Amino acid sequence: MGTPSAAGGHPAPLPDRSAGDGYLPHAPGYVLNDGPKLITGRFVHEDSFTLARYESTGGYEGLRAALEMTPAAVHDEVRSATLLGRGGAGFPAGVKWGFLPPGKHPYYLVVNGDESEPGTYKDRLLMERDPHQLIEGCLIACYALGLQQCFLYVRGEMALAQERIAAALNEAYEAGYVGRGICGRDFSVDIVMAWGAGAYIVGEETALIESLEGRRGMPRLKPPYFPAAVGLYGQPTIVNNVETLSNLPWLMVNGADAYKGFGSESSPGTRMFAVSGHLRRPGVYEVEHGVTTFRELIYGDNFCRGIRDGHELKMFIPGGGSAPWFFEDHLDLPLEARPVGAAGSMLGSGAIVVMDDTTDAVRAAWRVVKFFARESCGKCTPCREGTTWLEQILRRILDGEGRPSDIDLLLDIGDNISPGPYPVAAHDGADAVPFPPRQTTICPLGPSAVAPVVSTIRRFREEYESKITRRDPIPLEVVPAGAPQ
Amino acid sequence: MTATEPETTVEITVDGAAVDAKPGEMLIAACERSGTYIPRFCYHSRMSPVGMCRMCLVEVDTGRGFALQPSCMVPVSEGMKVSTESEAAKKAQDGVLEFLLINHPLDCPVCDKGGECPLQDQTMAYGPGETRFVEEKRHFPKPIAISETVFLDRERCILCDRCTRFADEVAGDALIHFMGRGNHTEVNTFTGEPFASYFSGNTVQICPVGALTAAPYRFKARPWDLTESLSTAWVDSLGSRVAVQASRNRVLRVLGADADAVNWGWLSDKERFGFEALNSEARLPAPKIRAEADSDSREFRRAGWGEALEAVADALRAASPERVAVLGGARLTNEAQYMWAKLAKGVVGTDNVDSQLGDGLDPRLVLGLPRATIDDACRPGGTVLLVGPDPKEELPTLYLRLRHAIVNDGVRLVEVTPHATGLSHLAEHSLRPRPGTTAELVRALVLATDPDVLRSAAMEEPVLGALAAGSKSDRVSELRAALTTAETSFGTDRAGIESAARALSGAQGGLVAVLGRMSLAEPADILDDAARDLSRLPSVRVLPALRRGNAMGALEAGLAPDLVPGRMRLEEVGDGAPLAGCWPRLPASPGLDASGILRAAARGDIDVLVLLGADPLNDFVDRDLAYRGLRGASVVVAVDLFENDSVSLAARIVLPAAGPTECDGTFTNLEGRVSIMSRKVTPPGTARADWMIAADLSERLEPGSTDGLDPPQAIRAELARVSEVHAPLTEEALTQNHLEGVLLAGVGATGEAGGWHGGKEWRRSRRQAAPVTGPAGREDDPEAPAEGLNEGEFLLVATRTMYDDGMMLRHCPSSRDLAAAAAARINPADADRAGVEVGAAVRVVSDFGHIEATLTTDAGVPAGSLRVDWLAPGAPANRLIAAGTDVTVVRVEAW
Repeated sequence: MGTPSAAGGHPAPLPDRSAGDGYLPHAPGYVLNDGPKLITGRFVHEDSFTLARYESTGGYEGLRAALEMTPAAVHDEVRSATLLGRGGAGFPAGVKWGFLPPGKHPYYLVVNGDESEPGTYKDRLLMERDPHQLIEGCLIACYALGLQQCFLYVRGEMALAQERIAAALNEAYEAGYVGRGICGRDFSVDIVMAWGAGAYIVGEETALIESLEGRRGMPRLKPPYFPAAVGLYGQPTIVNNVETLSNLPWLMVNGADAYKGFGSESSPGTRMFAVSGHLRRPGVYEVEHGVTTFRELIYGDNFCRGIRDGHELKMFIPGGGSAPWFFEDHLDLPLEARPVGAAGSMLGSGAIVVMDDTTDAVRAAWRVVKFFARESCGKCTPCREGTTWLEQILRRILDGEGRPSDIDLLLDIGDNISPGPYPVAAHDGADAVPFPPRQTTICPLGPSAVAPVVSTIRRFREEYESKITRRDPIPLEVVPAGAPQ
Repeated sequence: MTATEPETTVEITVDGAAVDAKPGEMLIAACERSGTYIPRFCYHSRMSPVGMCRMCLVEVDTGRGFALQPSCMVPVSEGMKVSTESEAAKKAQDGVLEFLLINHPLDCPVCDKGGECPLQDQTMAYGPGETRFVEEKRHFPKPIAISETVFLDRERCILCDRCTRFADEVAGDALIHFMGRGNHTEVNTFTGEPFASYFSGNTVQICPVGALTAAPYRFKARPWDLTESLSTAWVDSLGSRVAVQASRNRVLRVLGADADAVNWGWLSDKERFGFEALNSEARLPAPKIRAEADSDSREFRRAGWGEALEAVADALRAASPERVAVLGGARLTNEAQYMWAKLAKGVVGTDNVDSQLGDGLDPRLVLGLPRATIDDACRPGGTVLLVGPDPKEELPTLYLRLRHAIVNDGVRLVEVTPHATGLSHLAEHSLRPRPGTTAELVRALVLATDPDVLRSAAMEEPVLGALAAGSKSDRVSELRAALTTAETSFGTDRAGIESAARALSGAQGGLVAVLGRMSLAEPADILDDAARDLSRLPSVRVLPALRRGNAMGALEAGLAPDLVPGRMRLEEVGDGAPLAGCWPRLPASPGLDASGILRAAARGDIDVLVLLGADPLNDFVDRDLAYRGLRGASVVVAVDLFENDSVSLAARIVLPAAGPTECDGTFTNLEGRVSIMSRKVTPPGTARADWMIAADLSERLEPGSTDGLDPPQAIRAELARVSEVHAPLTEEALTQNHLEGVLLAGVGATGEAGGWHGGKEWRRSRRQAAPVTGPAGREDDPEAPAEGLNEGEFLLVATRTMYDDGMMLRHCPSSRDLAAAAAARINPADADRAGVEVGAAVRVVSDFGHIEATLTTDAGVPAGSLRVDWLAPGAPANRLIAAGTDVTVVRVEAW
């Protein structure tokens, strides 16, 4: 990513991406490094999004392989591969598929392409660079589950992704991969693309379904907990992430055993991580799941190659804007959901934001809180009112108008959105933010705004205190490096 | 009460005490029933939970440890443990209240809600004492008018979703919605589209803060200055229960009362704001008299009650009984209706009494059909056949109940209406009879419910069909005939009738027919025939969609020809002392109905015509006849709240009556449910309760005839004595059923068949089926449309709308301007045929008169029909109609 880290701080100089170094000029943001490439293998080709390139690089072979098997066998293959959902919750896709109640047709497949978690931009690359792989994944899922209708929901702001998917769908329809009698078989699926109107909360699957139905994107009441029971138009619905489905073609061609040859036992395969911030080589990496550590990813030569010159790591967000923050002592955790969760945060959508010692902790927290306050859907009182209040207080502190009672007030407001007493995280006490959060709201958006505040107050309380005592205003606007001052 | 299923209960523990909850019940409701009130803002027992405000968070343990849960969204489950007062619960509630208050303007001293505000009350009970919020509060321009009557203050709004949910879920008018997001979320209307809902006042009532206020009550009173009485709404026959609130002898507000069997707390805006008319300066304060019609001075002069009543008594004494007539009476309480029935029939001795003005149903139908309650019609899984008016326009609260039943409880609706109704989009089948063929359509529908008959009638060869049908061959030919007529209906084909009939024959959970007058351009006896056919359906029950307020009470009290209290015809009253000796005499023979009375008056055969809250000029179906009748009667006596058009035209003696909030009594709604009406304020000037006027006149004519009949309770007691039907109406029963009222048993409630008319089939009316080919029958003209109507000709449909130019609405400041301007609505397909451009001002002309209107298109009107509103300002539809005509053909002409 070219812009400074979402967390703010002094802008990092932009790395030069045209000069090779793993960067591909036609796939900005992606870093081609050494390692297995299960889903990003085609990114090296400039025309990777066309059907011609796709077919010449093994495209739709996974679908053909699946069609040779029974749907149940395909489902079994996915289940035995332990393909974990890549949207954030990390729930095994094969198990999720199994939640469909029998005999309540029609079922729907909804693809969650509303990638809007701050720091995350991997699905966008998959949609822009390899839309056919996603379409093939949809078809395989539909075949396995006996579905005939798939909705591809793409984030409203991703114009290029929408364009590429639309073009790919047209190609695929024409080539007989989508539509009636796919590949000459008695198998028909319609895929419809829909796009969002620009709300973060629509990344939450029930809010996405509401939006898809044409209503205001607000999370649905739970229970039912899974759209698999009651989803789109009241029918059983599977909602899968773009990256999850993009894994299916490779999985079908090479089989579950080959798939499990990568990554750890509990988290097989690869995962895409979007690493941004004060790094020498930020970008999206396809990484072996569960075996790589944060340290390796941030400092490894094959990856981000460390913090930019002369600076040190101050903190990092391990799983997108809504995750509680990590610090140097968390660097050796593996990139795997369970240990990260046990340490009090989450791997979430695979977005890692790295901040160095030039970053102002309060300002960084304010920036993330501001995002969530803006994106609150307005439904639950604590989130609607509380996130804005948090933002206003943080801004006041940054403006030099802080009051000594503000720190406790921030913590108490946080407590009213995401109440304590916090379950003590397994690894350590002091810095841990409750995870998973307890919440007074329907969805976790409100608690997401609390995480950075509590994280930073616990670790850098003195930064808050000094701002409150010294009353020096901190500029809130980010000035991009190289821009005229 | 019917036998209920054995109740299963779920045992939960609330704050350590065991509580029996109903299965499926929400925790918040279970706690409330057991005496533990959980604070809430968004939860409303009559709407689906949204879990928006988060005020009702409590700690719930379902076996995995205590966790905070919104109690409005958690159904009870066996063994559930609930802590409503734990530290965590209190902290969460405290926090939510603080969040709600940080942007709330706290302008309680100038807020109408102050004193009855849930936010205020719960802040006192549960909230933090002080604010920690030092930033600037959120600001919006305030208040904004979201409709003619309702104002919205978005600063006070706490975004609980109650009003928006009501508009969407309950009323079906999703005209207000959330806009923006996060902290900038607001409730608003869509640009240029006001919250023009017939039910907008309910949002004001359920608003938990002062964000929504209604013009009639804004800044009028403080809640603690109001006194309140439970009463019954009077504007339509549904009898919604209301709380009437007054201060300093003035009614200031009417709120819906949550009677489970009736209106669920909801009201239409007409019921809610109609009280404004009662406070109008135009109310009649004192009796007045003027000289005979042909004398020089037509000015009224103010008179004392003694003089006015004696003048009426003199006129009545001078007339022979059959030359006396009484029109109207549906506005009155049951007690007043009884007293007027007794005065007219038992004292004067005339049977020319009709409380309906030719726009209602035959009393025989209303009293003789097996009766359904609203709950029967709304029973989950049942089927409703609507042969009647648009409930949204005429019985709005019934519309809300039916809508809920259809949307939520799987009730299926089959409608036979002359144009689309507010429920059409929810109806399983909508049949649109051509005006004049409603009876044939209903007959075809009923006959077609028998699969054998339907199958045989469908056979090509009539003889084979008859053979196949065997003993049912009569019905087969009847069905063939009916189908032939009905098929020419504009919007109806045979397949539509057949599938609707299948829906009726497959009705599983009970069949209820909502039966009422549809187009007033059709004669009433069409419905007699329809009802006769409907009664052939097995186990059908009927909810009569009566129009006027206490119309059912009037019929039960005998304010109809050939009827006395107790659902008896004159000939059925025993010899000797009539009606338990309470009535001095009885009319010699059955009298005239409204049309007959007006015709007789026009001929000069009526000496005294009493208008009991009636305005025939505007309400009778034939304006010309009404005019001639009023002018032809020698003495017209009016008992009314206002000087209406008929009074101005013809009345000699005017007696001012007390309004519905000004006298005690009871009201009988369309189900036969009797509920209390309360006197809340005194009437203006010297206006008197209707029953007092009748009693005084009776005493003057027959001293002693009303001994002991004061107060209304005594009248009620006599009514219960003379009428078996009213026997259950004891003071004890009325007190016990204070909220829901006492249901008078209908025919069929006791299992008897046939009803009071002795099981005899109704006579089929003399009416002939409407001509199939239309009025002129020009089949030889190849250009004529299939329906047989000429270029520019339409069949008139005249139906009522909620807001019109009626007397009460004219005097309601908040609703006076809501009546739509006169429109002549035709199907878009007919636009070319009209001969006049759509949107133009036209004259709608019939053989009898004309009105001026704007020509518009409306897909809800079937092709061939032209729809006008009954009483649009300046364009009363009864100018076009002659009483007794089956079909009114109209033309549109540019002017």
